[in-house]
Amino acid sequence: MTALVAQSSAIADSTRDYLTIYIGDQIFGIPILQAQDVLSEQRVTRVPLAPPQIAGALNLRGRIVTAVNMRACLGMKPREDAGKTMHVVVEHGGELYSLMIDKVGDVMSLAMRDYENNPSTLDAHWRGMSNGIYRLKEKLLVVLDVPRLLDALEPETELE
Amino acid sequence: MDELIGEFLTETNESLGALDLDMVRLEQNPNDKELISSIFRLMHTIKGTCGFLGLPRLETVAHRAENVMGRFRDGDLKVTPAYVTLIFESFDRIKQIVSGLEATGSEPQGDDSELIAKLDAVYEGRDGNTENAKDGSKGDAAIDELQALFDATPVLSPDQWHTIVTVPETDDHKMEEEEAKPAAVEKTEDHGAKAPVATAESLRVNVDVLEDLMTLVSELVLTRNQLLQTLRNKRDNVFSAPLQRLSHVVTDLQEGVMKTRMQPIGNAWSKLPRIIRDLSMELNKKIDLVMEGEATELDRQILEMIKDPLTHMVRNSADHGVEMPADRIAKGKPETGRIVLKAYHEGGHIIIEITDDGKGLPLAKIKEKIIKNGLATEEEVAAMSDQSIQQYIFKAGFSTAEKVTSVSGRGVGMDVVRNNIEKIGGSIVLKSVEGKGSTFLIKIPLTLAIVSALIVEAGGEKFAIPQLAVRELVRTTPTTSAKIEEVNGTPFYRLRDHLLPLVSLRNLLELGGEARANQYIVVTQIGAYQFGIIVDKVFDTEEIVVKPVAKVLKNLEVFSGNTILGDGSVIMILDPNGVAKASGETDIADATPKEMEKTGPVREKTPLLLFATNDSAPKAVPLSLVARLEEIKTSDIETSGGKMMIQYRGQLMPLTPFDTSVDMRTKGKKPILVFHDDANSMGLVVEKIIDITEEFVDVQVASDHGGIVGSAIINGKATDVVDIGYFVRNTDRDWFKSHGEESYGQQTTQGRRVLLVDDSPFFRNMLTPLLKVAGYDVTTLDSAATALKMREDGERFDIIVSDIEMPHMNGFEFAQKVREEGSTWLHTPMVALTSHTTEQDVHHGMEVGFSRYIAKFDRDTLLATLTETLVANQSVKHAAGAR
Repeated sequence: MTALVAQSSAIADSTRDYLTIYIGDQIFGIPILQAQDVLSEQRVTRVPLAPPQIAGALNLRGRIVTAVNMRACLGMKPREDAGKTMHVVVEHGGELYSLMIDKVGDVMSLAMRDYENNPSTLDAHWRGMSNGIYRLKEKLLVVLDVPRLLDALEPETELE
Repeated sequence: MDELIGEFLTETNESLGALDLDMVRLEQNPNDKELISSIFRLMHTIKGTCGFLGLPRLETVAHRAENVMGRFRDGDLKVTPAYVTLIFESFDRIKQIVSGLEATGSEPQGDDSELIAKLDAVYEGRDGNTENAKDGSKGDAAIDELQALFDATPVLSPDQWHTIVTVPETDDHKMEEEEAKPAAVEKTEDHGAKAPVATAESLRVNVDVLEDLMTLVSELVLTRNQLLQTLRNKRDNVFSAPLQRLSHVVTDLQEGVMKTRMQPIGNAWSKLPRIIRDLSMELNKKIDLVMEGEATELDRQILEMIKDPLTHMVRNSADHGVEMPADRIAKGKPETGRIVLKAYHEGGHIIIEITDDGKGLPLAKIKEKIIKNGLATEEEVAAMSDQSIQQYIFKAGFSTAEKVTSVSGRGVGMDVVRNNIEKIGGSIVLKSVEGKGSTFLIKIPLTLAIVSALIVEAGGEKFAIPQLAVRELVRTTPTTSAKIEEVNGTPFYRLRDHLLPLVSLRNLLELGGEARANQYIVVTQIGAYQFGIIVDKVFDTEEIVVKPVAKVLKNLEVFSGNTILGDGSVIMILDPNGVAKASGETDIADATPKEMEKTGPVREKTPLLLFATNDSAPKAVPLSLVARLEEIKTSDIETSGGKMMIQYRGQLMPLTPFDTSVDMRTKGKKPILVFHDDANSMGLVVEKIIDITEEFVDVQVASDHGGIVGSAIINGKATDVVDIGYFVRNTDRDWFKSHGEESYGQQTTQGRRVLLVDDSPFFRNMLTPLLKVAGYDVTTLDSAATALKMREDGERFDIIVSDIEMPHMNGFEFAQKVREEGSTWLHTPMVALTSHTTEQDVHHGMEVGFSRYIAKFDRDTLLATLTETLVANQSVKHAAGAR
């Protein structure tokens, strides 16, 4: 019994590192190991006829990266202030994607004791892209489930 | 997986490929001892290696099959189709086990007892075949004998043995190794001298390594392009020279790596003989498969992609195409059908031809099916050409086989084939004559990795269009005749003699923005279907490395990929196929019959420049004769010695108005046609340039009017064909002084035989009647090769007139052949005809054996020269005879 308690408190004390990002007023976290690059404003080539979540493509050191409009993914309004867009580059299924966000924050080590699974009242759409929520002092941080988010973008394979 | 087993699998797969081919050949030549030994050896090798590696299932099957092969080899069992089928069955089992081994690293479970029983029955003479009776005395002794024979024959090249035998000396392998080694060494010694070691020059490389290399080289090319772009505007940069060198090396490297990816197309064909053999057994047909150009190389990526379509088409030919032997005989065809598979290079493409001499496409049946499937109405079908009807076989669910066999007729067919071929930027054309057979022509690019693309802009965004699909570019202006017209909002363009359907890239891609006044049309061709893409701007072409689009975008069929341009920006590559589809063209094979004609072997067209004077009939001149088109101000014309001149490129160029109707007095601009001969130029002043067109020209030489060769129907109008020589002579007498104008008596040349070689039908048509009128016996040929054939046939001519610019063999090469040692035409005088001459050309021409050089449009000089040369030659002969 004591062993079990010790184990669970060990889990509670253990921390995970997240890169924090801001989209609008909301703070999000991406597991630090998933983030490959953080880029400032980039020249993005539009891809006509692409779904609104796909902002276009950009060149990252000779590799073509698909830019994902996070606001469109999360169902948020387009940005109104004139701030620069930033990119967090992640790899998924052998391809590179850049998540277009408003601002990059610090890298935070968050303890599991502050973690909670997705509350059931959270918007279903958001629940599909989130792994859970950390209770920070002032704010609530939503953990982005990047693979799931990107999988959802993929068009359904047509059956021939 | 064990490295040793990996090595074994690679080798066995190769051997099995060879075995299939050998067995098919053996069935055709059952008495070929060489072949039997070769198969026996391969089988034995497999068996031997299996035992050594501890693969009992494989070993047993190989061993029993080898036993039967042994009896073929000894000649006491006749090779019959039934036995060959049995051996094939064993091969298939071996393949099955090998593929299992490949997947899991160990032999798959399975029961081979039935097959083994059959093989044993044949081996022991118990299979009911009366010819196969075996006396019991043979048995093991025979095997020992065979073993001995086998040991004395080369099995593997020594180096291959080496790879199998040098095992890491683990305890497991030690025993077997010791057993195997002496034998190996023995063989090495025996045959080392006879079998040259091949591996010194080749080594096996994993495909992944090559793919990685290719990717890296592609990146390098992109980076190089970026550097070049950055430094393009900075002259005399310290980086220029090293960058130039880098650029060269990168290009060479790119070519080198591409070469490593090239594989002979024969690799994709190796399975076909077996397939045809099995098919002919199953369908009771007799079919010969002839393969030509197996060594033609293409990128392995493409090879992989065409393998299945090719197999499918050859199967189709065998199943649908070739008739039953009885039917063939009834139709007066040889009993055995022929399927010919041919591959060759043609200008950056590979052409693959699949031809059968079977029954061709049954038009009536296709029609019936079109109507039944509701693809077109009866009236529409009735109005279609045979070609258009045949194209329907490329539609989904279209099979003309009456019954569904295991081979084909399942309705998955040519549509898939066409899609696969078009996916790699290729095209497929079908020609079929009912009762005679069908031919499929497949055209595919050599490589997919690096392509040349045209960069265009629409709605402010840049796109790349693969150059392969681009036929021409047209600039349109709303105010001139070159404008885009609309029918119910759908844009069209009159491209010469037909209406070109158009797709606005801005609208198709929903780019927004306003249409520009001046737009460009990129005329694009897919197979036989031609359409235009409207764009705002056209930039230059760039070599691009095609990268696949991200998975999330893969359903956008208008894009085939994306790439990074020299300036570092990402650009989307348009897929012309997808654009055509997205624009509503659902079936590209539905080309109009007119367009189909263009792809078939038709009479050659001559490009013509059409112009007008104030006179009624339009005039035409062969485009190849016109050096340039210029526009001059009439105020710039100067007069010298009663002749009109203009300063042109630092020289005085004489001008001639085409006729009196050309008004030279009023101020303004006039178009001129500039003609060149050697260093001289002359300008022909006309009223208006109409168009450049391609036509089948049939000149009727009837005109007595100076300056006109005759008339011809061009663009549906009677058009005067202009005799440029007439104007050139009237402009400046000095022009042709070197060509000799002194006339010799006509009578000496009557009935002399002239051979005229020219690839252009226009000139053949123009010159032949001219020479005939002058009393010559004219033979006209369209290529130097046919001329040389006539020489071999023993034909004799008095004089040869040959064009210089010809495809395949040009005039110079032709002259060299004519003048070579022992040629029967060694002393026949030769006259060169050419549209543009330089001093080097004349010099070179004289060196290889031409006695005269004549401008193509100067018919009087041609006639004079012929007479002069013939007379001169005759007097030489007379002189020689008198001596």
